[in-house]
Amino acid sequence: MPFDFTSTTFGIREERLGSLVGYVGSIRDLAEQSCRGSLKDRGRCFSQSSSCDAGCAMGYITHIRDVAMINHAPSGCTAPASAIVTMQTQLADKRSLPYNTVVLGTDLNESDTIFGAAAGLKQTILETWERYKPSAIFVTTSCVSGIIGEDVDAVISEAAEMLPVPVVPIHCEGFKSKVWATGFDACDHAILSAIVKPPQKKGNFVNFKNFNESARADIVEMFESIGVKTFFLYSNTTIEEISHISEALATVSICGTLCSYLGNGLLEKHGVPYINTINPLGVVGFEAWFREVGRVIGKEAEAEAYIERERAIYIPKLEQVREKLKGRRVVLGMGSSFAFQIARVVQELGMEVAYVTSWHYDSRYDDGNPPPHVQHLAASSPVDFPVNIADQQNFELMNILNTYKPDLYLGRHGGTSIWAIKQGVPAIFMADEYMAFGYKRTLSFAYTILDRITNRSFEKNLTARIKLPYTGWWYAQDSGGMYEEAR
Amino acid sequence: MAKTLDQVRYKCALGGIQTVQSIEGALPILHAGPGCSDKLSTGYGTSGHFAPRIFPCSNLSEKEVVFGGEERLKELIENSLRIIDADLYVVLTGCSSEIVGDDAGEVTSRFRASGKPVIQASGAGFKGSNYMGYEWVLESIINQYLDEIEPAPEKGLVNVFASLPQHDPYWHGNYDALETLLAKIGLKANIIFGYGRGVKNVNRIPHAEFNLVVSPWLGMETAKLLEERFETPYLHYPNLPIGAYETSAFLREVGNFAELDTDKINAVIEENERRYYYFIERFADLFLENRIMSKRFTVASETQYTLGITKFLVNDLGLFPQKQFAMENVPGKYRSDVKSQFKELRFGIEADISFETDGYLVHEAIRRSDYLGYPLIIGSAWEKKIAKETSAHFLPISWPLNERLIINSSYVGYEGGLKLLEDIYSVVLTRFN
Repeated sequence: MPFDFTSTTFGIREERLGSLVGYVGSIRDLAEQSCRGSLKDRGRCFSQSSSCDAGCAMGYITHIRDVAMINHAPSGCTAPASAIVTMQTQLADKRSLPYNTVVLGTDLNESDTIFGAAAGLKQTILETWERYKPSAIFVTTSCVSGIIGEDVDAVISEAAEMLPVPVVPIHCEGFKSKVWATGFDACDHAILSAIVKPPQKKGNFVNFKNFNESARADIVEMFESIGVKTFFLYSNTTIEEISHISEALATVSICGTLCSYLGNGLLEKHGVPYINTINPLGVVGFEAWFREVGRVIGKEAEAEAYIERERAIYIPKLEQVREKLKGRRVVLGMGSSFAFQIARVVQELGMEVAYVTSWHYDSRYDDGNPPPHVQHLAASSPVDFPVNIADQQNFELMNILNTYKPDLYLGRHGGTSIWAIKQGVPAIFMADEYMAFGYKRTLSFAYTILDRITNRSFEKNLTARIKLPYTGWWYAQDSGGMYEEAR
Repeated sequence: MAKTLDQVRYKCALGGIQTVQSIEGALPILHAGPGCSDKLSTGYGTSGHFAPRIFPCSNLSEKEVVFGGEERLKELIENSLRIIDADLYVVLTGCSSEIVGDDAGEVTSRFRASGKPVIQASGAGFKGSNYMGYEWVLESIINQYLDEIEPAPEKGLVNVFASLPQHDPYWHGNYDALETLLAKIGLKANIIFGYGRGVKNVNRIPHAEFNLVVSPWLGMETAKLLEERFETPYLHYPNLPIGAYETSAFLREVGNFAELDTDKINAVIEENERRYYYFIERFADLFLENRIMSKRFTVASETQYTLGITKFLVNDLGLFPQKQFAMENVPGKYRSDVKSQFKELRFGIEADISFETDGYLVHEAIRRSDYLGYPLIIGSAWEKKIAKETSAHFLPISWPLNERLIINSSYVGYEGGLKLLEDIYSVVLTRFN
């Protein structure tokens, strides 16, 4: 897939990756249709509040700790600003680093929708520079700026000429893509086109694309054991540091959804190899990934030695807990990568996957190939379990949980685990992307599951005292009953 | 015109979803973008019976932006009625649907005969803040849901409109505390927000003896509309009463307005003050004999707290106000009234109040002020940095509030004043000198 880094805009996931948010079928059907390119998005005639690409972009670009983000939007779109700053400051505090990124808005009002807001935006960009002297200024767009046809690029070019730092648009109008993960691509497009410099020299490090680097210390140690350094992005990074990611030995990631654009873009633009195996979650995922890392950077023997050492410690322990988890039935609700990667881990741990609901699905990644983790799972799974694609459509999920009555629900993204619990299903909120990373964390993940399904006090207490919001009529329908063609 | 919104302290009008969410049995239906509800639900305590993931939403995409979304809204409402069990459905229209010109009011009116009430309110983000969105939701409830009810006034029943639900982290506790205070003087509060109230109390709104607005300005549009619709008189009490001095004044004024027996009111006040000062006397050692408590303070919050806490700290505790900031973009027409409230402090003390939405300028002003020692800064999460820089005692109390959990506590009333002292001195006690 050719990238165009001379343009400020880029193709949304639906166009680039054949992504969809509506599908009902099974893991093998999904895998086969991905190969054939025959998947089509199915529309719904009822939907519940989801998330947008602007929220995703805003939350991701602000992981960098020395920039300004200006949201060209009404006040409500900038409402998460403080929560973002607090969270990122806490992440930076953990490493004793300063977090100086600021999040501002332009507070678009009614007259702006009639007369435009170019002058106000320019003024805010200049004022932001005066106040904070950030290393770069990113301007995110919104539904309103998009619909009124604001020429944000022109304003930014004007302002950029007056300032000594990059001023970069991030095009993420909320209505533009049904897939909020398009917001990651919007950030990566801005970074690749305006921040990353051509390599000056080859560095002895790998780019590690993630969210909140909770496993940082272990991963740094792991890569040191094979003689290379690790650069995590974008959490706690600076613009200067990011400008050098083209010098990396390779790009690796915790999540295929997160890294497709940056990984493949860096490969195409600067020749940095991108490790596009299944992700390092669970034992199978970790080993496939780490062996490939070793192969690509020429450290095969060292990688193999590391695997051998870790296996000796953890495999016997994992065997023990597998016995206790055997046969438990699990429903998963997660993003396009994690849903299928964690489903694989669930099977590795001896449990059964009853149903997977994925918040969206990319039929292919930016290298043109279908997501490897779905292909892998379709082949390795003992059964052809059911799958649906739904952008956090809670009513479908609750219907599924009511039908399948699993022993456990595993959810990523806030707002669904609590509903499983309200319906009486023990749930784990897998907010931390490293919860099942490598051997050690796969083992803790297994014990976390065991704890969770053993002590069901919280859901027993709560479920007995609350009423669910859905009607009996809905629970009697098929979970796919609100698709347009089904009506 | 677009302006620099640095340190956002208010949301947009679609924040009206939180007003709807706070009324048990009422469900917001959003004709808006997929991320609107998500972004407006930052903060804690949003996973109630109806929560953001439950709110029906048309999740407007490019297709509806180009071709219009009325059909999509129609089927959304239709299916909401079948899938989600609510007593009142409130359609809220966001920026995209209003700019493209969908007639959501007309689509909503088609459901008049559906058996369940469906009403519509504007939540267009570019038209106003969530404070406006609150009044617009109440307006649509009054005009579209309560429109056919004949008022039958009930003696002693008082509709109470005070804190902005969900946005104010203490909203629930504040309404509870006001209900308790009114009960002490024999009035029955009719509150629509929070536990056990909901749509059944909405139905009682027309029957109140009077409306009580306990807020510097928020709720005034609603009180005026209720007066127009149901001829219900209203009392505007412009200060959230915190601590003994202000709470006693509040009870006296409400008692006068409701023409209650003065002796009874005085007896209630006397008993409550006795109890309050029992605690103050016992803990006066800490209040008076410590090395580091601030002498001067700044509150940078929404006006109900900037004013309420200023009055408490001056009139109850004897501190002196430095510059104060009202941060919620107070509408121009209320500003002079609000300003005059800051001049009515004991011993002729006046507080300097600024209406400000730009947090950067507030922090600059704090930096320039002399607090004669450690400042006391009461505000939101945004003040953490400046508090650190100025070595202030810092208590965050208003949205955005990220590093404290408030479930149902409150600073309102006699008990609330003691609670505020607990919280302030819990910060003060972390330092010795």
